[in-house]
Amino acid sequence: MSDTHAQSVAFVRDTMLPEQPPPVTEAGAIKWVRENLFRGWFNTILTIVSLYIIFKIVSGAYPWFANGIWNTSSLAECREMLDGMTGACFSVLTERWNQLLFGFTYPPEAYWRPTLAFVLLIVALVPVLYPKAPRNMLAFTAIYPFLAYWLIWGGTLLIPLMVLVGFAAGYFAFKQFERQSFAMGMLAGFAATVVVIWVGGTIPAALPDVLALEAVRSRDLGGFMLNMILGTVCVSLSLPFGILLALGRQSSMPIIKWICVVFIEFIRGVPLITLLFVANVVLAYFFPPGSNIDLVLRVIIMITAFASAYIAEVIRGGLAALPRGQYEAANSLGLDYAQSMRLIILPQALKISIPGIVNVAVGLFKDTTLVAIISMFDLVGMIRGPILASTEWNGVYWELWGFAVFVFFIVCFTISKYSQWLERQLATDHR
Amino acid sequence: MNRIVILGAMTAAGLSAGVASAATLDDVKARGTLNCGVTTGLVGFAAPNANGEWEGFDVGVCRAVAAAVLGDPTAVEFVPTTGKTRFTALASGEIDLLARNTTWTFSRDVDLGFEFVGINYYDGQGFMIPKELGVSSAKELDGATVCIQTGTTTELNLADYFRKNNISYEPVPIETNAEAQPLYLEGACDVYTTDASGLAATRAAFENPGDHVVLPEIISKEPLGPLVRHGDNEWGDIARWTLNALIAAEELGVTSANIDELASGTNSPEINRLLGTEGTLGEMLGLDADWAVRAIKAGGNYGELFEKNIGENTPIGLARGLNAQWTEGGLLYSPPFR
Repeated sequence: MSDTHAQSVAFVRDTMLPEQPPPVTEAGAIKWVRENLFRGWFNTILTIVSLYIIFKIVSGAYPWFANGIWNTSSLAECREMLDGMTGACFSVLTERWNQLLFGFTYPPEAYWRPTLAFVLLIVALVPVLYPKAPRNMLAFTAIYPFLAYWLIWGGTLLIPLMVLVGFAAGYFAFKQFERQSFAMGMLAGFAATVVVIWVGGTIPAALPDVLALEAVRSRDLGGFMLNMILGTVCVSLSLPFGILLALGRQSSMPIIKWICVVFIEFIRGVPLITLLFVANVVLAYFFPPGSNIDLVLRVIIMITAFASAYIAEVIRGGLAALPRGQYEAANSLGLDYAQSMRLIILPQALKISIPGIVNVAVGLFKDTTLVAIISMFDLVGMIRGPILASTEWNGVYWELWGFAVFVFFIVCFTISKYSQWLERQLATDHR
Repeated sequence: MNRIVILGAMTAAGLSAGVASAATLDDVKARGTLNCGVTTGLVGFAAPNANGEWEGFDVGVCRAVAAAVLGDPTAVEFVPTTGKTRFTALASGEIDLLARNTTWTFSRDVDLGFEFVGINYYDGQGFMIPKELGVSSAKELDGATVCIQTGTTTELNLADYFRKNNISYEPVPIETNAEAQPLYLEGACDVYTTDASGLAATRAAFENPGDHVVLPEIISKEPLGPLVRHGDNEWGDIARWTLNALIAAEELGVTSANIDELASGTNSPEINRLLGTEGTLGEMLGLDADWAVRAIKAGGNYGELFEKNIGENTPIGLARGLNAQWTEGGLLYSPPFR
């Protein structure tokens, strides 16, 4: 039977053909280009048009960057050096970089202080942002706000130290009374904090020179540093306040509920710029002359209130998205309100809310530039005011605004990348 | 109705709180610094330099007052204000003196409760056009597109002027001077109109200033001057006569170069009274005899301040024009020091 086919089939292959490389047009870069860029006439036209536009942009912008002048001291000088060629006057950045970053009144010999505070900020954020980082780094995060205050504003170390001691006392009081009930713990902690700060507040007044750095007034803060301070402080303060407001709005106690509702709806109904004007202009009428509450503090309060209301609504969305069974399950385990929120509800609700919270945070960070309108010199304020109004640099636009765009883009892009990473880390559902 | 009454009472309380500290001079002396409101930045008039020190024509007035009152031209706390925050800052007592190219108008003087202490720059609204347009008078601008800052008196002046001359225009609204500059250069509008000093400063920053001309017509009066709160006339007098001292010094030929020599006594009684070697003018103001000497030394007399910050040798290159002394055909006319 072995030659059954000998008459009907002329040839039977009895070995495998050796593997051959795919045709050139079906592999590697060429395939990718063919499939993605030149698939059909319509795509081909789109590709060619896009390439042409990209070429125009690059060839137009390249000489501007390549001929950039980095070492003149005024616009006129820069134009003289360019001698009619297209080119950027980046020298405005090299000459005024310190004003763009720190404002124009921050003492130059103290620039290392905010820089160090910024570097330490990254260290302090690591354990908060990355769950795998060593847990004992959280201790540094707890100290960081006080350290940063001391570095940026200067003065004696005793002031932030006393406040830190106050908070520590509050924490221990809270721990003592927490076993009785969560509310008792909070109350005791709050009372202890206030008492310790109030009593301890007399010590720095008596010893103003202990470990003192040169004091810098809030009015002298400026540049991108001010955006960073406002952004960091307001985002980190508005998270806890936002959570409390969101929970308060869901509370079954009518007074708490109505306070939260009124606050959130009022703040959301008012533009941020209005609140900033109130902070700057109207409040001054109601204080007696001389009792000047720090402008930066007023602005921080207003922006925090604004962001809290928005974050509260985002978190409320997360709370509403949880199935009712989760609340009932927590109750059936015999957990009280504080425990069920802390252990069951909030971890899930916050996870759902991450994209929304990050959205608010990025928006808030960019909104800090609005303080330029109430004559504070943040990055935008510095550009719009002092730098464009100086006789040397009147008329430089692209370089300065390009720098501002670059700096803000880096920060906002980083935040958004982080949140995407975090979402992937926390993804416990199996989609 | 009740609510209105309460609001009114609160406003009155706030205002009276400002007025209650009537002795601004004592406050300034106790504080050791003068809180002076300036712009957040206007070329030539007020802007910080690369070292963060404020410079400019308006800044010069602040420094002169500080020198007269406190003896130190650097004892000034500059409070930057915007067009929107300047009047509340002054009314609430946050600043003692506002030197921020503010136009002296009836309603600001009377209704807002401020006191303009004089005029340190006579400005007026003008037009700038590209030379290639070939226009030599504003009356030929029929149908032109005009870049104009919204919500300012310039907007109203423009409408009045074109209506009066029976010609039409198309406004292109813009927010700030800095925004106008690129728009005008890109050709979004044929004409840019604002105060003549602003036009000169804007034009000076162009790559080719020669391609643009400022038309000869000035269509409004914009007297710019420093101002203080109503209700403290002693403080107002100090600011007024410090400004007058700078103007009179130029008229009398007292400069920061020769003042030391002249302050030891001259045979001109007016100079002697101004510089405190004769009479008791300083005492009448509540200051010492040397007050004017210090004010003039701070940045020079009016003419020196002008030349250094906005004059013809600066990039801004403003001519004295109306701001020359009355003896030279201008409007500067200080009342006598007697």
